Amino acid sequence: MKLSYFPGCSLDGTAKEYGSSTSAICQALGLELIEVPDWNCCGASSGHSTNYLLGQALAARNLILAEKQGLDMVVACAACFSRFKKTNIALKENAELRGKMEEIMGIPYKGSFQIRHLLDVIYNTVGLETIKKEVTNPLKDLRLVPYYGCVIVRPHELTQFDDEEQPQVIDNLIEAIGAESLPWSDKTECCGASLALTRVDIVKKLARGIVEMAKEAGAQAIATACPLCQANLDMRYGEDGLPVFYFTELLGLALGIEGKNWLERHITDPLPLLTSLNLVKGE
Amino acid sequence: MKVITIAKTGDEETVEPGFAELVQQISGKELRQCYHCLKCSAGCPINFAMDWAPNQIIRMVQLGLQERVLSSSTIWLCASCETCSTRCPNEVDLPTIMDTLKEMAIQNGIRSQQAGIQTFHRVFLNCLREYGRMHEVSLLALYKLLTLNPFEDMGLGIKMFRKGKLNLLPSRIENVHELETIFRTFGESKRSKI
Ligand code: SF4
Ligand code: SF4
Repeated sequence: MKLSYFPGCSLDGTAKEYGSSTSAICQALGLELIEVPDWNCCGASSGHSTNYLLGQALAARNLILAEKQGLDMVVACAACFSRFKKTNIALKENAELRGKMEEIMGIPYKGSFQIRHLLDVIYNTVGLETIKKEVTNPLKDLRLVPYYGCVIVRPHELTQFDDEEQPQVIDNLIEAIGAESLPWSDKTECCGASLALTRVDIVKKLARGIVEMAKEAGAQAIATACPLCQANLDMRYGEDGLPVFYFTELLGLALGIEGKNWLERHITDPLPLLTSLNLVKGE
Repeated sequence: MKVITIAKTGDEETVEPGFAELVQQISGKELRQCYHCLKCSAGCPINFAMDWAPNQIIRMVQLGLQERVLSSSTIWLCASCETCSTRCPNEVDLPTIMDTLKEMAIQNGIRSQQAGIQTFHRVFLNCLREYGRMHEVSLLALYKLLTLNPFEDMGLGIKMFRKGKLNLLPSRIENVHELETIFRTFGESKRSKI
């Protein structure tokens, strides 16, 4: 199956391991990802926070380029995903925005394709049954808590994907690849997102709280599907934190893909844990 | 504009009767139906750091307390996490309303105690205009310098660099001129000033 793919800035920078593990598992699962040509930053918080219309226009350029590919679009970053979902509606409702963007890009926009988060594609299109069949290295004895963060699942009218207060998708994926998914309190708590650089104090407090709850639940590590969540939990706890994985890395390991070049990029080193459980080969 | 006296403190404050209407008009979101059940504020992860709770911001907009709202830290600290909008029984879209309030604050030249966040957004958008994508090293260096805090996160930055998480050189997209046109077309918001 072919999909238009929007990696977003993080997957090319601070979340390179999310990018490379995404490419690896999609290839293994028969998904052909075709990058949106010449994509730009979706505008992120800085766009919609300071000039809402400009934020929408920046995101819209990518949607127009993606629609031209004639495929459904998959997005790995939760924040980009949310911006695109909102902008798609705006492009349909706001004729002025659509008209100006069509003029700038020289391409008409119909919004005739789907915008999906990677987690949704893996779960609902590839499906758990296929994944289970492909698992060669079940992540036995690994105790994880699934962390969804904010905008992958909410608000539901927009994301149309899983339950917004009690999501299950990552839970079920974890179980499908042989690891244990623990129930816990902070599944959909916010990590402080883009305050990461401007209000380090706030993000530290939130990240600490979430990692503490994960520890209390008995987790050895945390599974995420968002570059901001991963970065904040991985980097802002300090010493004695828990390893924080992208779900794509866990899936990759279970599919028997050698993931050293992902895993060695983490700030909280996950290798001692994985080696002790014999899930990766030692040095 | 009307001047009122706050009964409790005796302080005088200006009230802008058309404020709520204007916020609704710009944001395209209704806020009159909020009945202050506090569900938003109870679930807001950032509430502890805000000067006004999210529902208090809505209340102050309803009352026309424009200056207090636009100079508040709350509007800048909102992380757009959508917890409140998901739970609100009256479908008040607080994060979008917070965005409108930030935009109004900028247009009216109102600085809050969170000026650093405003600087960050400016640096971020300039970087995006220049390259089309985010370049963390330029962003971080410039932001930390401009906020006179060059050493905050220096240790973490070095660790990230060692782990290959930071690209030293930015990459520029091919049609960066299209972004320039987008910035010029939408950069100056056509919306009316207060
Ligand atoms: S949850 Fe909705 S109705 Fe309740 S206080 Fe907040 S905005 Fe108002
Ligand atoms: S969107 Fe903003 S106001 Fe609402 S809960 Fe999240 S941080 Fe609080």
